[in-house]
Amino acid sequence: MEWEIVMGLEVHTELATKTKIFCGCSTEFGGEANTHVCEICSGMPGTLPLLNRRVVEFAIRTGLATHCDITRKNKFDRKNYFYPDLPKAYQISQLYFPICRNGYIPVTGADGAPKKIGIHEIHMEEDAGKLIHDAFTDSTLVDYNRCGVPLLEIVSEPDFRSAAEVIEYLEKLRAILQFTGVSDCKMQEGSLRADVNLSVRPKGQTAFGTRTEMKNLNSFRAIQRAIAYEAERQIELLEDGGEVVQETRRWDDNKGISYAMRSKEDAQDYKYFPEPDLPPIEISEETIERIRASMPELPEQKKRRYTEELGLPEYDTSILTSEMAYVKLFEATVALCDSPKDVANWIMGEVMKLLSATATLPENMPLTPEALAAVINMVRAGKINRGTGKTVLEKAFCDGVDPEQYVAAHNLAQITDLSALRPVLEEVIAANEKSVSEYKAGRTQAMGYIMGQAMRALKGKAPAQEVQKLLHEMLD
Amino acid sequence: MDIRDMTALELGRAIRAGSVGVREAAESYFAAIEAHDALYHCYNTVCKDEALARADEVQKGIAEGRFTGALAGVPIGIKDNICTKGIRTTCSSKILENFVPTYDATVMQRLEKAGMVMLGKLNMDEFAMGSTTETSATGITHNPWDPDRIPGGSSGGAAAAVAARLAPVALGSDTGGSIRQPASFCGVSGLKPTYGAVSRYGLVAYASSLDQIGPLGRNTDDCAALFAVIEGKDPMDGTSADHETFSFDAAAAGEIRGKKIGIPADYLGEGIAPEVKQAVLDAAEVYKALGAEVEIFPMPIVKYAIPAYYIIACAEACSNLSRYDGIKYGYSSPNAESLLETYIRSRSEGFGMEVKRRIMLGNFVLSSGYYDAYYNKALKAKRLISKAMDDAFRRYDMLLGPVAPTAAMKIGESLSDPLKMYLGDIYTVMINIAGVPALAVPCGFTSDGLPLGMQLIGKPYAEAEILAAAKAYQSATDFHKKFPTLQ
Repeated sequence: MEWEIVMGLEVHTELATKTKIFCGCSTEFGGEANTHVCEICSGMPGTLPLLNRRVVEFAIRTGLATHCDITRKNKFDRKNYFYPDLPKAYQISQLYFPICRNGYIPVTGADGAPKKIGIHEIHMEEDAGKLIHDAFTDSTLVDYNRCGVPLLEIVSEPDFRSAAEVIEYLEKLRAILQFTGVSDCKMQEGSLRADVNLSVRPKGQTAFGTRTEMKNLNSFRAIQRAIAYEAERQIELLEDGGEVVQETRRWDDNKGISYAMRSKEDAQDYKYFPEPDLPPIEISEETIERIRASMPELPEQKKRRYTEELGLPEYDTSILTSEMAYVKLFEATVALCDSPKDVANWIMGEVMKLLSATATLPENMPLTPEALAAVINMVRAGKINRGTGKTVLEKAFCDGVDPEQYVAAHNLAQITDLSALRPVLEEVIAANEKSVSEYKAGRTQAMGYIMGQAMRALKGKAPAQEVQKLLHEMLD
Repeated sequence: MDIRDMTALELGRAIRAGSVGVREAAESYFAAIEAHDALYHCYNTVCKDEALARADEVQKGIAEGRFTGALAGVPIGIKDNICTKGIRTTCSSKILENFVPTYDATVMQRLEKAGMVMLGKLNMDEFAMGSTTETSATGITHNPWDPDRIPGGSSGGAAAAVAARLAPVALGSDTGGSIRQPASFCGVSGLKPTYGAVSRYGLVAYASSLDQIGPLGRNTDDCAALFAVIEGKDPMDGTSADHETFSFDAAAAGEIRGKKIGIPADYLGEGIAPEVKQAVLDAAEVYKALGAEVEIFPMPIVKYAIPAYYIIACAEACSNLSRYDGIKYGYSSPNAESLLETYIRSRSEGFGMEVKRRIMLGNFVLSSGYYDAYYNKALKAKRLISKAMDDAFRRYDMLLGPVAPTAAMKIGESLSDPLKMYLGDIYTVMINIAGVPALAVPCGFTSDGLPLGMQLIGKPYAEAEILAAAKAYQSATDFHKKFPTLQ
């Protein structure tokens, strides 16, 4: 039997606001435990939440970028459950009136045709703290730093049919969140987390199968592996005459397996009700238009502009707009050296090679646009050759050297004064009498050898064309 | 004149005039507290050292012109559910018996700016749940008029302290009558402000959409002066509202001539004690004599107020009280061996009966499958009550009615029958549901000599108007001037 996989995603993203959603504490990642904490985010008795308006603005930006309807009258609701990382024992979230609804993100379907992945809703909520198990004292400690960091939960429709669609959707969503400045989307730091709801059904069947939800997927690779594992597990189960149990499963990336965390029977009743401490938020048409007008350029818009205004091929624009870090480096470097195609080539070639060789994530890009522009400008001006350029770029990337100073300090510049070449070439001619006479006797291949000797004597710092031209002048 | 016989405003004037020292004023109250509070138990915590140090600082501030307000130097008692930095705030619950807040409630900051001196923290029903102060984990507060009787609740300690002259004024909180009913039972004045008029920041929440902090005093002017200190928009409370500043002068003018007062007929129906009904009707006659128009009108919506109130209040309460889980602060059971046991045992051992009853009720009405039948229906009733109140205010400037169906009960009488206790809230809860202001003032005594109270209910933010109406009444009567004899 042929099986079809059906998936939906719940993506949580931490917003790049400076302060938390309901208090003035910093949202910065890391920091000593319980230092970004106050009475409000630690849920002390008597405190009240105060809404950070930036969160609403970021949610609207995300909604506009994903073609959602924006809810005009927003309310928050309480989701009640006990857990030590949740100091109020309820999470302020949105159940009844999520801020964005009915959007989509376009992806490429199985047959290569364009396809829309529906976005059911996007809602605002607060993050919980972190539990740290201390094996030494056999106790569990709580760090409330993350408590109250603003989150958007982006819930898709069950429109995915392959892992490739899931990854493409996530890449596009991540680019949107990064380009709109809504989130830095660092999966390792948990600022982008995706849960996958997956079921299988015989191809052609319209009813959905029983689904499971997978959590703890910390990278795109983990997502791909977890999907493959879970789809196979369900299919095997069904083919053996078994049944899929509706449950939440946790992915273990080291072992490459997922295991059941809790079944539907254990599902909690969250007893949602409207949050009485926060008045409803009315969003006016003017607010939406103001945010629309001030929206940063989205990946698709950038691609179009790079093609139309900078004349870049589509292949280049796709790669450059796949990561905010590439866009930032590209645009800033172009502003300094005005040669878009060269900049694109250097980023897609050398810079990406260095990122991968040093296992550096694009968002942690160590190379400055100034350094990249300096290297490109020196190569274009003929001051250094391309090979030297690569060496200098690597130094700038790994050690942060200033390319111009480095070239000067290591005497790597090309000899541009042609009169300085002649004495060196005279020496080469004198030292290679045999080859010179062969050349003069008509064996033109001998010129290759002489040329090699000349470049060696010049340590590669002279433009080869000029050297050859001069040698012909001197010998012909 | 004895310091404790002065109203808060009289004491404030004497302090500013230099005839009474700030320390002297506080000391005379501490002496009375030491002499009488062992019997009445108005206070959970007495802050003598802090208060005397603060008194000296305020005295200096008055001399330097830093404190010029009408209540500068005047002592005050604070209900034990208002957070006070460095001073334990127990909500009269075992679960918070050792909880010391790290911050001051907004109202405390306002009192500090006004130069007031806190005497201590006042007893209450546990987490403000109850109308007798018997649910307190720290012990019962006794009614100063008859120690065998309850003072009302939940702000029973506050009302009893003002009546017993163990505090000139106090701050209480009112979720369903918790300022007005004890004020009525103890023969003092108490104001439940418009929802949003006073910041709730630092008030340990019972039912967030209904809770309001308000003043209790010996007359309406004291309440007005204290309300003027604490009211106003607070950026820390999103539900506090921008509104026109309260005018003490308008409240103190005491004008009632030409006003139209409505009395809901349903406030005088079944269940009301004849003496209470008569006292309210007598007050109506006083108002007529003062030049107001008084009319009885039907308001059948009253019957939905109690079920709607208990559903909404308990739903919010069960969520608000979930944070007391034995993990971060407060009581944590020493008998627990796992996380789940810590939750269950800390809460089972830390909360009292009435609180547990309301938590269970709240969880029930919010449960999936019951939400629409209870919580949503209660919200519908809330909308209808608000509309009925709007309609009434199109015809009348204010409403008049009793505060409670009876005078103060005997200790132990209502605790055995919670439903009866809930029904006693019939005249007060509707005001919280509608979010409007109401003021309780003394309006007579029973044949046993127990105080009776009435309430004036105003339009949103019309505190000055109902205070003025009550001032007019107090100018014509002297019920509010009677003191109980302490034992």
